[in-house]
Amino acid sequence: MGKITLPRSGLYSLVAAAYRREPKRWGPMLTGAVILCLLLFIYWAGRNFNPYQVRILNLIGINIGLGLSLNLINGFTGQFSLGHAGFMAVGAYTTTLLMMPPAVKQMNFFMVPLISPLDEIQLPFIVALLLGGLVSALMGFFIGAPVLRLRGDYLAIATLGFSEIIRIVITNIRSVTNGALGLKAIPAYTNLWWSWGFALLTIFVITRLIHSSYGRAFKAIREDEIAAEAMGIGLFRHKMLAFTLGAFLAGIGGGFQASLLTTIDPNMFRFILTFEILLIVVLGGMGSITGTVIAATIVTILKEVLRGVEAPMNLGFISLPGIPGMRMVIFSLLLILVVLFYREGIMGQRELSWEGLFGPRNGRPERGVEA
Amino acid sequence: MSQDLFFQHLANGISLGSLYALIAIGYTMVYGILRLINFAHGDLLMMAAYMVFYGMLIFSLPWWLSVILAVILTAALGAGIERVAYRPLRDSPRISVLISAIGVSFFLENLGTVLFGGRAKAVYRPDWLAATHEIGGVSIMTLALVIPAVTILLLLVLSYLVYKTKTGMAMRAVSRDYDTARLMGIDVDRVIGFTFVTGSTLAAVGGIMWALRYPQIHPFIGVMPGLKCFIAAVFGGIGNIPGAVLGGFLLGIGEIMLVALFPDLAGYRDAFAFVILILTLLFRPTGLLGEKIAEKV
Repeated sequence: MGKITLPRSGLYSLVAAAYRREPKRWGPMLTGAVILCLLLFIYWAGRNFNPYQVRILNLIGINIGLGLSLNLINGFTGQFSLGHAGFMAVGAYTTTLLMMPPAVKQMNFFMVPLISPLDEIQLPFIVALLLGGLVSALMGFFIGAPVLRLRGDYLAIATLGFSEIIRIVITNIRSVTNGALGLKAIPAYTNLWWSWGFALLTIFVITRLIHSSYGRAFKAIREDEIAAEAMGIGLFRHKMLAFTLGAFLAGIGGGFQASLLTTIDPNMFRFILTFEILLIVVLGGMGSITGTVIAATIVTILKEVLRGVEAPMNLGFISLPGIPGMRMVIFSLLLILVVLFYREGIMGQRELSWEGLFGPRNGRPERGVEA
Repeated sequence: MSQDLFFQHLANGISLGSLYALIAIGYTMVYGILRLINFAHGDLLMMAAYMVFYGMLIFSLPWWLSVILAVILTAALGAGIERVAYRPLRDSPRISVLISAIGVSFFLENLGTVLFGGRAKAVYRPDWLAATHEIGGVSIMTLALVIPAVTILLLLVLSYLVYKTKTGMAMRAVSRDYDTARLMGIDVDRVIGFTFVTGSTLAAVGGIMWALRYPQIHPFIGVMPGLKCFIAAVFGGIGNIPGAVLGGFLLGIGEIMLVALFPDLAGYRDAFAFVILILTLLFRPTGLLGEKIAEKV
């Protein structure tokens, strides 16, 4: 059955024709063009957006990175982890403690002094971030080693348990973390370049990883562990790799978030934080990079837009009281509705690709099916 | 520790443990049948507590009537959650149902914030419940005696229900083998609905007693007991009702004793349960009383 070829006009057909002739050459060029546009937009946004809008844009970047790190574990490897808040906490605290100037530390730790080597250390932001990621990855390694033997919901509850243990330990070791008081006046290094650099780098790393032999092994494990093992895939090694890398990225994301919000305390890292990232992953599609990027953008913006519901509204003739908690009601309903009626999420396991957009498939530009 | 003090803590632990046991049964029954961690179970405690609170305060009902109403409404709520959020996913991957359960849990917590406000409310505790008795050097609040008594009573009713009635037999059959049970003419949906009603009833009673024991309620009151009671169920052997009771008692007593013996570790009280969970999952995933199930390919 012949499909009807729609008459094409202008730019699209031009690019599509060029792409179809030499996909190997035009693919990377198009990608480069998109990244360039994005960087130009960030540059423009940095100069023209107001601080509130810049903050939202920062959060989008960070959430893309965090969403992808969870999607790597939950979506691509199929190991349903609920421990992300714990890894973010480790990353946030490590980064903060390593980069905070000693004077600010002294101000923060007025109840119990900070233990010895930490109170004088001040490292550059990037070094602190990487170390934060590494400590988090190390944590991921030690937690993953026993826990990844479990499956499905047992894994979920065990990772949730570890995440809670991390939070409780952070609340209690006051001479390192300042306990429930949290840390304030964290240097605000996070800007658009940092957060979007993190997002782009994460997208790049995860894309490369997913298209490598490791990525195929991850997906094989997700689809059927026993079959994957029979094909000679080292289950434990690959699960550990995904889990540790996910923890690393979550730690870095936590570090960025700490430096964006400039204040952290143990209560920030409750289960609800994992829930928010899980929402991004499920909404975007478990196992889709594009989906996570789209969903991170939507959820972050929606979260700010819905702030309106919680604030008192004055419509001139009538004033409505704000409803605190309404945002999370909407978000949890959204999660339930997606799971009930639209389990694939926005993208399912598909990706938006040049091949899908411009590839030699007559008909409308479809979403590409990832090979 | 002196002997009196030890018994004091033990009494405390038994009273907490019987609450855990009551709530853990709901988890274990649902898990036994659906293989689902019903995250929303803990939030039913909160709902029941608020219902009693509002029943007495706003509608000025007598306490027994608001308790009965709260238990019925919570049971209906539990069954309703199953109907709306879990049943449509019966043939989906288990992870989808788990995500749905997490969604329902957060929905209830935040609905609680919207409806009842986020601020903690003090619960009125009747004088006769708060009165203390001296029994052999140990001072015990009436409530601490009422809680285990109610638990034991409900356990007896439940055992009769599960082991002596036809519905109970159907429940056990469904939890053993879902498809075969259906082939034997058991209305699986009805049995599952009934399981949720039973579990939610126990959760409601547990929640009300929880609110009396720690006389303060807020929308997130159910989170920690919920998680801990699930852990108790896993510890005792998930899917196994006597196991859940045993796990609940051991967890409650253990928690109280930990704080009593090592006051320095008081801050880590909530972590204790999670450590137990992880140790159980790693070394004895079937729990204390669970049967070994062979993994089928």
